[in-house]
Amino acid sequence: MLSFSVPLGKLVRTLSRLRGGGSAFPGLVVEKIDPGFMQRTLASLPLGVAVVSGTNGKTTTTKMVVELLESQGLKVFTNRSGSNFTRGVAASLLGEVDWRGRLHADIAILELDEAHAVHFVNKVEPRYSLLLNVLRDQLDRFGEIDKTARLLEHIASKTTQTVVLNREDPRVARIATAINTLDAVHHPEIRYFGLDESLRSTFPNDDEMRTTGIGPSPSGTSVAAETGEDVTLPAADVVLRRVGAQDADFEFDGETVTTTMKLRGVYNIFNAAAALSLARSVLGTGPVDTPKLVKALGEVAPAFGRGESLTVDGQPLELVLVKNPSGFRLGLKSFPAGGYATMIAINDNYADGRDMSWLWDVEFDSLREDGVEVLTGVRAYDMALRLQYDDVPFGTVEPDITAALRTFIDGSRGKPKRVFCTYTSMLAIRRELAKITIVEVVS
Amino acid sequence: MTSEAQPNAESQPTRDTHASKGTIRVLQLYPREMNIYGDWGNALVLKQRITWHGYTPELLEYNVGDEFPDNVDIIVGGGGQDSGQLVIQDDLQARGQQLKQLADEGAPMLVICGLYQLFGKFFKTSTGPVIPGIGILDVETHGTDERLIGNVTMKSAEFGDILGYENHSGQTTLGPGVEPLGTVTKGAGNNSKDGHEGARYNNVVASYLHGSLLPKNPAIADFLIRTAAERKFGSFVPGTPDDDYARLAREHAARRPR
Repeated sequence: MLSFSVPLGKLVRTLSRLRGGGSAFPGLVVEKIDPGFMQRTLASLPLGVAVVSGTNGKTTTTKMVVELLESQGLKVFTNRSGSNFTRGVAASLLGEVDWRGRLHADIAILELDEAHAVHFVNKVEPRYSLLLNVLRDQLDRFGEIDKTARLLEHIASKTTQTVVLNREDPRVARIATAINTLDAVHHPEIRYFGLDESLRSTFPNDDEMRTTGIGPSPSGTSVAAETGEDVTLPAADVVLRRVGAQDADFEFDGETVTTTMKLRGVYNIFNAAAALSLARSVLGTGPVDTPKLVKALGEVAPAFGRGESLTVDGQPLELVLVKNPSGFRLGLKSFPAGGYATMIAINDNYADGRDMSWLWDVEFDSLREDGVEVLTGVRAYDMALRLQYDDVPFGTVEPDITAALRTFIDGSRGKPKRVFCTYTSMLAIRRELAKITIVEVVS
Repeated sequence: MTSEAQPNAESQPTRDTHASKGTIRVLQLYPREMNIYGDWGNALVLKQRITWHGYTPELLEYNVGDEFPDNVDIIVGGGGQDSGQLVIQDDLQARGQQLKQLADEGAPMLVICGLYQLFGKFFKTSTGPVIPGIGILDVETHGTDERLIGNVTMKSAEFGDILGYENHSGQTTLGPGVEPLGTVTKGAGNNSKDGHEGARYNNVVASYLHGSLLPKNPAIADFLIRTAAERKFGSFVPGTPDDDYARLAREHAARRPR
């Protein structure tokens, strides 16, 4: 069928880009005039669709899966960050299809927000899904984390070929039980990615946060290990065995492979194991160029705001996105404060989470010795209050991000800098930084 | 200062004990199961403000199956997932009489969200089952499909303006045995129609508000501490906590949309 919808949608896309408008609007237009556009286009892909979802790490993991598959010569369609909902996928597709509506790709790797993923999989059944974790993120949106786990379970139940699960997250690993009760026709294969026992203690989980009386615990073990239930974990397709300063060991096919890593932060590297497992599922039994796959893994750079490093005044400036208590705790743990000037930017817009309670589930002790130079964002004073109660010294409190960033940069010349920031504050910071340094454009 | 007067590491604790106006014991109820959306913040604020008022805090916790500690001065409890409420249900019933007696005697308590509901008469879930409460508060809660979410501000004659964030689908109605904590000026509160939030009985403060509640509402924290000190020592001699950031955080939070 050759219809008007694609040329019209592409035209709207061009026009709204010229206006600097929202990236999803063209998706809305094409959805209205041609409701079957997305399903039809994605159904034409020879290797189908893979969905990546979970609370933390979707963007970096999706990027890794794309690069791993590209290293094997596949042509991959993916949605841009910030458009991880159905209409955003339609809008991204419009940018990629030709004027006749054909998408020249082998597979689509889509990052989808948990709630939106449910709508998406009801329209398009994915061949593969990768479910990363269920953490306390923006509970004001989804209500409760058990509910988020059910959203992921729904994604898994709609997956036709392979579901890749995080073995170490009890709420995700439990999805296997639900899948195994499906009838044989709808029974996707289950694969796991996992951690070496020695690394488990570096991953706090949300249940662990509730088990200590003296504040949220900085470290934790999996619930399975803690309660003694279900101690025999299932075998994993890929296991992260070791994380070094610049390298990591991954075990798959019975062998351990060491590779240098550009990614920093142990949780990013754990997501590399997740990406590797999904890529291996997609490549299936066909020929795999393992050296190239491992090389691609080592070369993946962090997605924007996920520990990426910019240069300001000849010094690195790292942006660490913090979206929820466990993400903030992991960020503080993965990026030690020593020697760095630190700024924290907290907004409370919808994409950040409106409820400030989450700041009280993070322990800021690790910043006590070096202090925090600048606090900014709409909720800068909530952050100041939080640090006051953890006896962490801080300097300027300036809700205006432009002014705060100037104070921060002027006040810490010659020092490496780090900014912990919520989603919308990160976007604002990047806009400001783009005026003084090279920042990758994110649209 | 002579070298003799210089306190060394060993003499430090002794000096602190002398300086302290006394120990106040704060018990967290079910922190393992009922601790979500920053409930730790309330315990931390009590711990720090007790110190800032010149007393010595002692934080205790009570979880399912534990021995209930004696001589508790303040009790705090938080919210939880539905699954958490099921886990503590039987244990809470077993402790109900003891907790009710403490409340009747005037022990200061703060219960948020899930434990607010269970301190009431019952919680009738939207799917049918009724979870019995321990009846300290003359309130009843009915589960609904409507989730009340967003910033809340309210006026209270006792504590002034109270700010926080609500996130609940249970709707609570108050009986004659309790007073509302405040009158809502933004948000929903106990339910979607009555226009009030939380409940007061004796020295029990119950509320749906997270945020966490106590950091930005130090008046409530100080009420709990003052009541505990007066019951234990006969009087409360306040210190001078620096509440400038609490005031600024309140001003900025009050301007945020629902």
